[in-house]
Amino acid sequence: MSTNELTLTPSQSPSLAKGKLVVSPSQSLGAVRRPVNTTGWREWLFTVDHKKLGIMYGTVAFVFFIVGGVEALLIRLQLALPDGRILSADKYNQMFTMHATTMIFLFAMPMAAAFANYFLPLQIGARDVAFPRLNALSFWLFLTGGLILNASWFLGGAADGGWFMYAPNSGPVFSPSNGVDFWILGLQIAGIASLIGSINLIVTVLNMRAPGMTLMKMPVFTWMILVVQFLLVFSLPVITVALVLLMFQRSYGATFFDVSQGADPLLWQHLFWIFGHPEVYVLILPGFGIISEVLPTFSRKPLFGYPFVVFSGASIGLVGFGVWAHHMFASGLGPVSVAVFSMATMAIAIPTGVKIFNWILTMWGGKIWYSAAMKFAIGLVILFTIGGLSGVTHAVAPSDTQQTDTYYIVAHFHYVLFGGMVFGLFSGFYYWWPKVFGKMLNEKLGSWNFWFMVIGMNMAFGPMHILGLQGQPRRMYVWTEARAGEGLFNFGFWNMVSSIGSFILAVGVLFFIINVIKTTRNPERAPLDPWDARTLEWLTTSPPKVHNFDRIPVVHHLDEFFHRKYEEDETTHTMKQVATGADLVRAEVAAADVDIHMPGASYWPLLLSVGMGVLGMGVIYGTPIMVVGALLVLFSAYGWVLEPSVPEAIDFDTPSTDGPTKEIAPVG
Amino acid sequence: MWLFLGSECLLFGGLISTYMLYRGRVQNGPHPSQIYDIPFTSVSSFVLLMSSLTMVLAVSSAQRKDDTRTNLWLLITGLLGASFVGGQVYEFTTFYREGLGFTTSLFSSSFYSLTGFHGVHVSIGVIMLMSLRAIIKKNKITGDKSEVVELIGLYWHFVDIVWIIIFTLVYLIPS
Repeated sequence: MSTNELTLTPSQSPSLAKGKLVVSPSQSLGAVRRPVNTTGWREWLFTVDHKKLGIMYGTVAFVFFIVGGVEALLIRLQLALPDGRILSADKYNQMFTMHATTMIFLFAMPMAAAFANYFLPLQIGARDVAFPRLNALSFWLFLTGGLILNASWFLGGAADGGWFMYAPNSGPVFSPSNGVDFWILGLQIAGIASLIGSINLIVTVLNMRAPGMTLMKMPVFTWMILVVQFLLVFSLPVITVALVLLMFQRSYGATFFDVSQGADPLLWQHLFWIFGHPEVYVLILPGFGIISEVLPTFSRKPLFGYPFVVFSGASIGLVGFGVWAHHMFASGLGPVSVAVFSMATMAIAIPTGVKIFNWILTMWGGKIWYSAAMKFAIGLVILFTIGGLSGVTHAVAPSDTQQTDTYYIVAHFHYVLFGGMVFGLFSGFYYWWPKVFGKMLNEKLGSWNFWFMVIGMNMAFGPMHILGLQGQPRRMYVWTEARAGEGLFNFGFWNMVSSIGSFILAVGVLFFIINVIKTTRNPERAPLDPWDARTLEWLTTSPPKVHNFDRIPVVHHLDEFFHRKYEEDETTHTMKQVATGADLVRAEVAAADVDIHMPGASYWPLLLSVGMGVLGMGVIYGTPIMVVGALLVLFSAYGWVLEPSVPEAIDFDTPSTDGPTKEIAPVG
Repeated sequence: MWLFLGSECLLFGGLISTYMLYRGRVQNGPHPSQIYDIPFTSVSSFVLLMSSLTMVLAVSSAQRKDDTRTNLWLLITGLLGASFVGGQVYEFTTFYREGLGFTTSLFSSSFYSLTGFHGVHVSIGVIMLMSLRAIIKKNKITGDKSEVVELIGLYWHFVDIVWIIIFTLVYLIPS
């Protein structure tokens, strides 16, 4: 679109806009006219709005959370009694593989992406992400990947090699069904989605912060998301290589993991964990970010040692790249490697400890408001510390060789991931729900939700420490009475406790779902600033308008929103309230910019994702399907390139007065 | 673009490591030293390196807003890239006739994967260059044209640099 065309918008000159009709359709590649001013389901399907995409990410991720949760309950049912008969050995293998894969790749990562998508632009005072259409593409690719992964249940059995899918164990000999192929392709497509998303968010943070917001005035949540995106950019390609090698091996007869040809079985392990360990921090850091927002807000104090929290987060990310082999202590790496990786792993406990102390000192002496969000945040601090401590015992290589592949490991990572990540996300749900939907979640049900989850999770995962040290291996589909041990350490008792705990946990999640349904039905609107919050996302209406901010804020402080509400009293050095959050939002609305210009919706991201899905299926079901998929991808890629990022006059049916009229959006 | 290329570095890093691990492991079929045709590959490498030069010229013409020259240099870059890919296709066919199939040995699998991945990158580069010519001709680029040319140039140089590393590690250092 030349500058000349830019002025020819419908509102200004309808007749000219009509004249344009003759040329434009052929230019934007064929019959697919840009979807503008859509409503209903179309509005969601073709949207490029980061908030809508965030909600979609969240919804889909939550559905996968339920799927993964049901898988977990089946596993616990199987193990509750000796010689369980609920699942066959084969189904059990599929169940734990898909439980882990679903929870990590289809729930935890996209749920973090949901928060990142929704709040990152709001926290830095931007109107959208840097590349809105790529953002939509990330979402649709993630959904495609997730569907492919789960389609395997109905097409001959799911993947069964464990979430790290060690080759050659995952080769055609030991995993003859198509499950692993679906797994490989699903993860590759979901991986592309994450890669695109991470580049998008990094560019957004680096280029689109509101005027005055230096990096060190950025909210901690945004900082942690930034670190996570860097981790993703540099770790995802490595897993992609591993997946491609395995795909070539399984589908095209390559020999990478063929030990009879002299292949090295450690190759996969190294490639996988070079990705897999940073991935662990990809999962936990968003949780850290969320509670670094929640704890100060509900303690009514600024975050203690902001730069320390930020830099320890960044150093966790950096050191996270140098510790992958601690997952392989039992594979015979040799004493030097083991010592080095053992030391590096212990070193990672330091920045993590720094953070924990910062959070504790944030709460210290604050006026703590025990809302549901705060409860979950405190829960994270405590449960993650427990998980972190058992993590240090793994860093000690001799003790790790004892614990590897026992339930002790399972206990450890459920404490850090469930107690850490999931509690962080639930804290985020309660904290930001009024912002996203304009309704308050019920605090009483929130309390029930929290206590059931805490008790359930400790009952479910706590006994696993004992089971593991007693020698119950993970991934075994049965345990027998004959070897269950006696007295306090009897497998039977603790397995039963763990299974009961997992159902209490499920009831806790059920309380959340009930809460959401009740809240949605409740017509009462949430206040504009219900928590007396500190960061920029609250400086707009709830839910925010399409363009986020009526005026792009100019930032002077860390915790800008707080400093607009409170000023320091010169004499007593206490903070004095000068305005309420609601006042500030109303002032913004009154002084709104006019003619804000936003990117237009597009078909292409959705179409391209479908193409990628077909392409992936072609690897399993034959080359012709692959060709169809490739053509679809190519077609959509060209359509995408030729489509201007802002809607043109011709895209509108009738001249509309609320169309975009001029380029302002001083984002950047 | 820089971020994407940083990520690509690790992609090729992974593939190159795999190759380095497996390059000497031949149980069936020809050994690397028996089949490499260093003079031929040197020529095609030279062709690819020259394309980096023409790409620079394309970027500089784009910055001077000289569309005709930009188009010309983009065309030459694309042709050089295409002839490199052609050379690779020829090389692969020859190797295949000499008994080095994709599934023959660990060496062959990792060799074809690494160089094949690179070949696909060059081909995508050629497609991008040709599409770029088309959209410059049709005047479909919003904003700064030279920026677009430069971005594709970045990608192109990256692919070239990776080839220098692959050429050295794969062909020149004897296993």
